[in-house]
Amino acid sequence: MNIIVPVVIMAIIGGILGLVLAIASKKFFVKVDPRTDMVLEALPGANCGACGFAGCAAYAEAIVEKGAPIDLCAPGAGGVVAAVADIMGLSANAKEPNFAIVRCDGDGVRPRFQYAGVQTCKAATVMGLAGSFQDCPYGCLGLGSCVEVCPFGAIELNENNVAIINEDVCAGCGKCIDACPRNLIRLDPESRVIVVRCNNKDKGATANKQCNHACIACGKCVRECPFDAIHIENNLAVIDYGKCKLCGKCVKVCPKHLIVNLRAERKERREARLKDEK
Amino acid sequence: MEWTFTEYFALMFGLIFTQNFVLSQFLGLCPFFGVSKKRDSAVGMGLAVIFVMTLASVVTMLIYKGLFLNPSLEKYHMAEYLDIASFILVIASLVQFVEIVLKKLAPALYKSLGIFLPLITTNCAVLGVTQIKLTEFARPEYSLAQAVWLQSLYGIFGGIGFTLALYLMAGVREHLETAMIPESMKGMPIAVISGCCMALAFFGFQGFV
Repeated sequence: MNIIVPVVIMAIIGGILGLVLAIASKKFFVKVDPRTDMVLEALPGANCGACGFAGCAAYAEAIVEKGAPIDLCAPGAGGVVAAVADIMGLSANAKEPNFAIVRCDGDGVRPRFQYAGVQTCKAATVMGLAGSFQDCPYGCLGLGSCVEVCPFGAIELNENNVAIINEDVCAGCGKCIDACPRNLIRLDPESRVIVVRCNNKDKGATANKQCNHACIACGKCVRECPFDAIHIENNLAVIDYGKCKLCGKCVKVCPKHLIVNLRAERKERREARLKDEK
Repeated sequence: MEWTFTEYFALMFGLIFTQNFVLSQFLGLCPFFGVSKKRDSAVGMGLAVIFVMTLASVVTMLIYKGLFLNPSLEKYHMAEYLDIASFILVIASLVQFVEIVLKKLAPALYKSLGIFLPLITTNCAVLGVTQIKLTEFARPEYSLAQAVWLQSLYGIFGGIGFTLALYLMAGVREHLETAMIPESMKGMPIAVISGCCMALAFFGFQGFV
């Protein structure tokens, strides 16, 4: 009979605790709008902060309770906006997705010495060494700060040790822009397909020595452009996207092949991927 | 039986330095490695652990000494086998209760501590706190109030020791982030090695008390 009393006591302890919890959850009930959870589920959950709120949960709360705009989510351009609009009973006008673009090709940049300090681009810049350990003082340092900061794992270093963006994964949150001390990364809408992939502002002769793919400010693209959309500024070809009609003539004449047509690149990659799948 | 200041000091110093729960008793290693990536979250987790350890100490000692060792119930020998089972029950519901109350009364605190609270339910350091000195503090020489007082001190200082270890570890790991580490050592292996080095350093306090 010894076992009965302990069992009863345990049951009483459990019962009391359960009762206290039940009362507490009634008494301290916090009203949560069920839509907050639904919106949170619809959001990508990457907590990248591109919307300007502290993560997806904060943004979901802001949408439901404070009526924040529903199209701030960069990773969820399109599908997510439609889903959130559905929950909130608003009309969706889907945004065109943005992709990050690295404006450096880095083909043939020669390292001057091996940098063995703190392995982040910002540290190298602060140390004042960034301008010296490779020939081009404008290009990608290749230490991968943007690779680390990307919440989607969309950035890799290619064989030239230059950051490249995997557009299948890139969500356009723009975190890498802040991570790059050389301001090489830009956020472009998907339709903006003609890009100058160089940031070298040195004079032609100097730039030519620094890199196989450096803009030497020869001006061929300026003369070729039928819309007056491309100009040389600070020894670098710059496209005025207000005038550019994406005809692609500058891509053909550039002697250094640094003006690229992303549409062609994307097509190539898509075909390569299809081949892989076969 | 009254305690002298020396004994109180020995309890405090022992729990923070020589008998540190994480570094010399190897309790609570899961949060020690899991939540020690940033100093901010280490402090949040540490505060939550101090809070829960203190509360759990008070409630478990009340149940143990007030109920199981109660003269009228002593003949059932519940203190011998029912302690762990009932303590787990108590700690788990306590954490739940704290979570519910915090959510209502202090939403800001809940947002910073809230994610850590469910983690603590299964933290063995909390169960360790309630177990290690249990029989010693529950001796008949101490009154019920005294036993609860001593056990709650044990909980507070155990929690502070845990927080200290967690915070130091977070500081070390923030530096490891930028250090050049061999590929195979990156992440958890180097964290465990640094934890060992820290435990060795704390071993130097042995003999103080």
